[in-house]
Amino acid sequence: MTTLTHALGDSATMVARQLRHMQRYPSLTLTLMGMPIVFLLLFVYVFGGAMGAEGASGNRSDYANYIAPGIMLITVASAAQGTAISVAMDMTEGIVARFRTMAIARVSVLSGHVVGSLIQAMLAVAVVTAVAVLIGFRPSAGPAEWLAAFGLLALVSFALTWLSVALGLVANNVESASNLPLPLVFLPFLGSGFVPTETLPAGVRWFAEYQPFTPVIETLRGLLLGTEIGSSGIQALAWCAAIALASYLWARKLYNRDPAV
Amino acid sequence: MTQHTPGTAVAATGLRKSYGDHVVLDGVDLDIPAGTVFSLLGPNGAGKTTVVKILSTLIGADGGRASVLGHDVATESEAVRAAIGVTGQYSAVDGLLTGRENLMLMARLHRLGRTDAKRRAAELLERFDLVEAAGRPAATYSGGMRRRLDLAMTLVGRPRLIFLDEPTTGLDPRSRRDMWQITRDLVADGVTVFLTTQYLEEADQLADRIAVLDHGSIVAQGTAAELKRRVPGSHVRLRFTEAPSLESAARVLGGEADTEALTLKVPGNGGVASLRELLGRLDTESILPEELSVQTPDLDDVFLALTGHRSADDNARKANR
Repeated sequence: MTTLTHALGDSATMVARQLRHMQRYPSLTLTLMGMPIVFLLLFVYVFGGAMGAEGASGNRSDYANYIAPGIMLITVASAAQGTAISVAMDMTEGIVARFRTMAIARVSVLSGHVVGSLIQAMLAVAVVTAVAVLIGFRPSAGPAEWLAAFGLLALVSFALTWLSVALGLVANNVESASNLPLPLVFLPFLGSGFVPTETLPAGVRWFAEYQPFTPVIETLRGLLLGTEIGSSGIQALAWCAAIALASYLWARKLYNRDPAV
Repeated sequence: MTQHTPGTAVAATGLRKSYGDHVVLDGVDLDIPAGTVFSLLGPNGAGKTTVVKILSTLIGADGGRASVLGHDVATESEAVRAAIGVTGQYSAVDGLLTGRENLMLMARLHRLGRTDAKRRAAELLERFDLVEAAGRPAATYSGGMRRRLDLAMTLVGRPRLIFLDEPTTGLDPRSRRDMWQITRDLVADGVTVFLTTQYLEEADQLADRIAVLDHGSIVAQGTAAELKRRVPGSHVRLRFTEAPSLESAARVLGGEADTEALTLKVPGNGGVASLRELLGRLDTESILPEELSVQTPDLDDVFLALTGHRSADDNARKANR
């Protein structure tokens, strides 16, 4: 029982440390929010007219509605990239060696990163969603749907953050830590994030339909815009649980090995 | 083999560690009484940091056993961690946090309550002369300040054994003397100190016992005085322009004359008083040396005397990183 209390207490201390870092080094958070906002503006204002005309429903605002869930997911993935960077930075500093020689819950160093990043990601999602609404995103969701949508995004963020922690640990330096999670940011493009999967060529379409981000996007779209969710919801939850568990075990194993000399 | 007797801080037998083909530690034995300062002396690459890493539970040994304050480092690492503090060669402070926040972080991790944590942080800031800098991020600190903050963070949990891994490497002479004084104060409080250094003078100043580590093995162990007896002592070297002066000086002072180089080696520590006395004796005989220099043994001399070679080569140094 005390072990659990200690683990929680130490994790809370580490989360406070991460939040302080965010406050002292806000440019990282801003950069992470910047990329999805640039994508959003680019797609709505540059491609929006043409894409809207091609699609079933027509105008720029409809396209903003169509891509908003994908953009929200990119925001979460982009925040996860920040996690890998800050984990890798931490590992190169002497402070983690200090933590390792202290009688504290070992997992707390990692869970501090995860919870800190989760808060950061949710903050970024809120900002990006607000920008989307400003430029024409008109969700039909009520409070319950919004809650469910943010809950799902938090779950995705939790899973991707554990994955990023592992990637940050496996990377030898900060540069590779920033590159390793990059595919996560582009996965929504190879799904139903920006175009209906039916419009994709056969091989890409197969990938798009079975990759984890597609059910997440479809579920978000259903919650926020009232489209059909079907089995996407349960698939999305299953993917999140699987990624989170596997990544947690991987990260824990990486952290517990002897640090490189 | 490493049974804990009361009063033993560190006991190790046959510690071995290799990275690939490179043997870093080749059977290291240690026995350090509690409440003393023990210094592991050696050049870069000798394996000093590896010993500290194993004893502080950061890495595992490939062979041998070690116990710290009665707890086995491999099987009771949590108990070891609770009793030790480590201040490494690379500063272990959080650069984005202020000095005070760094100390508060440590206090929270040692599970002090908010009031106690604040009091402990304030106390250590005061003791380590960091009160003025307490509100600035540690990244803006000078080398000496970072090292002091680092040590202050180590002391938050009142460890009974402190590892100081090259605590003064890269510090200016004043900061180095500050660190020495801090170390002496720690010992006065009854803490055991495990110090690694590449400076003979530092080990001499601080340590009760010194072990010389070379290529992963301990080549000599003893008090500073014992080790120095095995090393050519410090001496005064006098050079003359002509043989008769050398001969009369040798008659007056004794020592070792070199008639080829016209030099005379006189044992002595080169202190002002003894130099004045030496020159006074030459003066009464009207002998005027051309040149006078004081030679003190340094780490290289110790190594030469103990191992027959000068300090470890660059390959070993790289491999230890």
